[in-house]
Amino acid sequence: MKVHEYQAKEILRRYGVPTPRGIVADTPDEAFRAAKELGGRVVVKAQIHAGGRGKGGGVKLAKTADEAAGLTKQMLGMTLVTHQTGPEGRIVRKVLIEEALNIDKELYLGITLDRRLGMNVIMASAQGGMDIEEVAAKDPNAIERVAVDSVLGVQPFQARRVAYSLGLSGDAFKKCVDFVQKLMRAYVETDASLAEINPLLVTKEGDVLALDCKMNFDDNALYRHKDVVEMRDLHEEDPLEVEASHFGLNYIKLDGNVGCMVNGAGLAMATMDIIKLAGGEPANFLDVGGGASAEQVKNAFRIILSDKNVKAILINIFGGIMRGDRIAEGVVSASREIGLPVPVVVRLEGTNVDLGKQILKDSGLPLITADGMWDAATKVVAAAKGQA
Amino acid sequence: MAIWVDKSTRVIVQGITGREGTFHAKGCRDYGTNVVGGVTPGKGGTTHEDFPVFDTVRDAREKAGANCSLIFVPPAFAADAVMEACDAGIELIVCITEGIPVNDMMKAHDFLKKTNARRVTANETPSRLIGPNCPGIITPGQAKIGIMPGHIHKPGPIGIVSRSGTLTYEAVGQTRDIGQSTAVGIGGDPLPGTNFIDCLAAFQADPATEAIIMIGEIGGTAEEDAAVYVKAFVTKPVVAFIAGQTAPPGRRMGHAGAIISGGTGTAAEKMNALAAAGIHVVKAPSDMGKRIVEVMGSA
Repeated sequence: MKVHEYQAKEILRRYGVPTPRGIVADTPDEAFRAAKELGGRVVVKAQIHAGGRGKGGGVKLAKTADEAAGLTKQMLGMTLVTHQTGPEGRIVRKVLIEEALNIDKELYLGITLDRRLGMNVIMASAQGGMDIEEVAAKDPNAIERVAVDSVLGVQPFQARRVAYSLGLSGDAFKKCVDFVQKLMRAYVETDASLAEINPLLVTKEGDVLALDCKMNFDDNALYRHKDVVEMRDLHEEDPLEVEASHFGLNYIKLDGNVGCMVNGAGLAMATMDIIKLAGGEPANFLDVGGGASAEQVKNAFRIILSDKNVKAILINIFGGIMRGDRIAEGVVSASREIGLPVPVVVRLEGTNVDLGKQILKDSGLPLITADGMWDAATKVVAAAKGQA
Repeated sequence: MAIWVDKSTRVIVQGITGREGTFHAKGCRDYGTNVVGGVTPGKGGTTHEDFPVFDTVRDAREKAGANCSLIFVPPAFAADAVMEACDAGIELIVCITEGIPVNDMMKAHDFLKKTNARRVTANETPSRLIGPNCPGIITPGQAKIGIMPGHIHKPGPIGIVSRSGTLTYEAVGQTRDIGQSTAVGIGGDPLPGTNFIDCLAAFQADPATEAIIMIGEIGGTAEEDAAVYVKAFVTKPVVAFIAGQTAPPGRRMGHAGAIISGGTGTAAEKMNALAAAGIHVVKAPSDMGKRIVEVMGSA
C-alpha cells in the first residue's frame, strides 16, 4: 500500500525523524492560513501517489501567503502528469504547505528489502534529488549499500558508515547518524516495504531533514497497522481494481481488448503472455484465486465487462481442488445471469474436466471451448478481431 | 528415487483442525501420503478425522515419528509455526500459508539459519523450508505434501520447479505422457525458503530425474542466479518459461514477489540470462511439454 507524502511525514515525525514544518490543505483558504502560520515563505506541493511532481509543475515556491493561496488554487483539481503517472495523470486533491528552507546539500537515503540477501538494505547517495535508478545505472559506485540484520537492527557503526559516505561532518554528521537510526526504526516498526527520502536535506544551518518522503507498506502486514490502513486514498487507485478487491479478486486493468479470467497469479500472467504471442493484447490481469465459484465468476465477468475496450474474454482455469464440473456450472450460471455481450472462450483443465466440458456444451450458450492454452489464445484473439 | 519426499516421509499437518488443514490432510492421506497426525495447540490428545492431534510439533515428532510438516496456520501465526517445526527437528517444512508479513519471514529465516548451523555442527539433519505461499511438493505415486491435484501426476523422469502454483499444474499437465520425478512449488513470496538453485542441485543429483522444467516469473533475481548455477553445475537439459512477459512495470502481479521495479526483474532480462546459460527458454507457456520431449530426444 502507498501513502501520500504528508502522511509518510506524519509517520516519520512519530519516530522522531526530522521533517520540515508542514500543513496539509484542501482549499486555497486553508493554504493561506497554513502559509501565514509557517511564516509566509513556503513550498506548495501537490499530493499524488507518484514521483517526479516537480517537473510536472506540482511543486512551487511561494514568497507570501497570498501567493501560496494562488498556487493552491491552480494546483487543486489539476491533472498532474509525471513520468510515474502515465499519460492519463492524476488529479490533485490536496496540497502540502511546507516551510521553505535554506538548502545546502540534497542527498539520497532509501531503505528497502534486498531479496538476494534476505535483508533490509540502506542505500545512500550524495546525488540527491535525482532518480536513484538513474544514478544506479550510470554510476553504481555512487550508492553506498548497508545491509541490516533483521534481528539486531541497524548498528551505530552502520549509521556512521552511511553518514560518512554522504560526505558529512560536524553537526550534520551527528544529525544524519541519528536520522538513519530513527528512519530504520520507522521502517521496521510500520512493516514498510520502502522508505525513500529524496532529497535528504542538509540546511545551511546544519540541520538534516526529510524534504520529500515516499513510503510503501507490506500489504500482508496491514492487519497490524490500522493507522496506516486509514491513510489509504482510494482516489489514487483504479475504481475497478478497488471493487475487484472487495470480492477477493486480484484485478489489474491494462490497455488491450482481450479480457481474461484465470486461477492463480502465475497462470494469469502466462495467459496474458500467450494472448500477446497469439497476436492480441490483454485487457487485464485477473486472478480469481483458488475457488472459482459461480459468485466469483459472476463478479469477475462484471468487472471485466465494465472495461468497454473488452471485445472477447478468455477463461482459463486449471482446476485443482476446485472441480471442473463446478467451475463449468459457475460459468454457465454467470453467463445466463449477465448475458454474453462479447464472445467467451473457455479452457478448462484438471479435475473432472470432461464433465465440465459437457456441462458447457449442454448449456446451449455460445461459449467457445478450447483445448490447451495455445488453442484458447488463438480462438480468443480471433474472436476479439470479430473472426469467431 | 526422487527429491526430498517419498513413501518413507512421515507427515504431520500444523493447523490440522482448521478447514484448509482438515481438507488437505485428508487429500494427502487419500493420495497415499503417510500422514501420521496433526498439531493444534490446545487440542492435543484428541483425534480429528482419525488423525491423532498433538499440542506441539515436538510431541508429534516424538510420539508419531514425524519428519515432515505441512503448514496451514493462518498468516499472522505461520512464521511462528515454521520456527516451531524447525525447533522440533523436522527435516522438511512445507508452508502453504499465503500472506505472511515479510518481517515475520525474515525472523523465521534467521531462526532457521541459526538452528541449522547448530544442528550441522552436531551432525544432525538441518531443516529445509519450502514456501511459504506455495502449493507444496509431490513425488508422484509416493507422497503428495501440499494442495496440488494428485491425480494429474504420473511417475516419470521430469523434475519440475516453479514459483507459481497453477503454472506448475500446467507443466504437469503438459508432461502427462512421460511423467514427473518430483514437482516442487517454491512459492510466490519475495523470500522463499527453498529457491531454484536448491531444487536444480537436487534434481541434478537425483538419478530418477532426466530433465528439468523451471518456471519463473517477473520480480527479483532468482532466475538470473539460477542461470549462473545451471551453466556451472547442471548437465541435465533444462527447459524454462518466465511468466509476466507482458506485465507492466510497477504493478504487483498477484504474488508479493512478482513486480518489476526500477527497471529490473523483467521477463526479458531473465529469459536472456537463462538462454545465455544454455537453458531452453520457451516463449509460450503451452510449449513447455513439447520442448522437454524434444530436448530429451536429442540428448
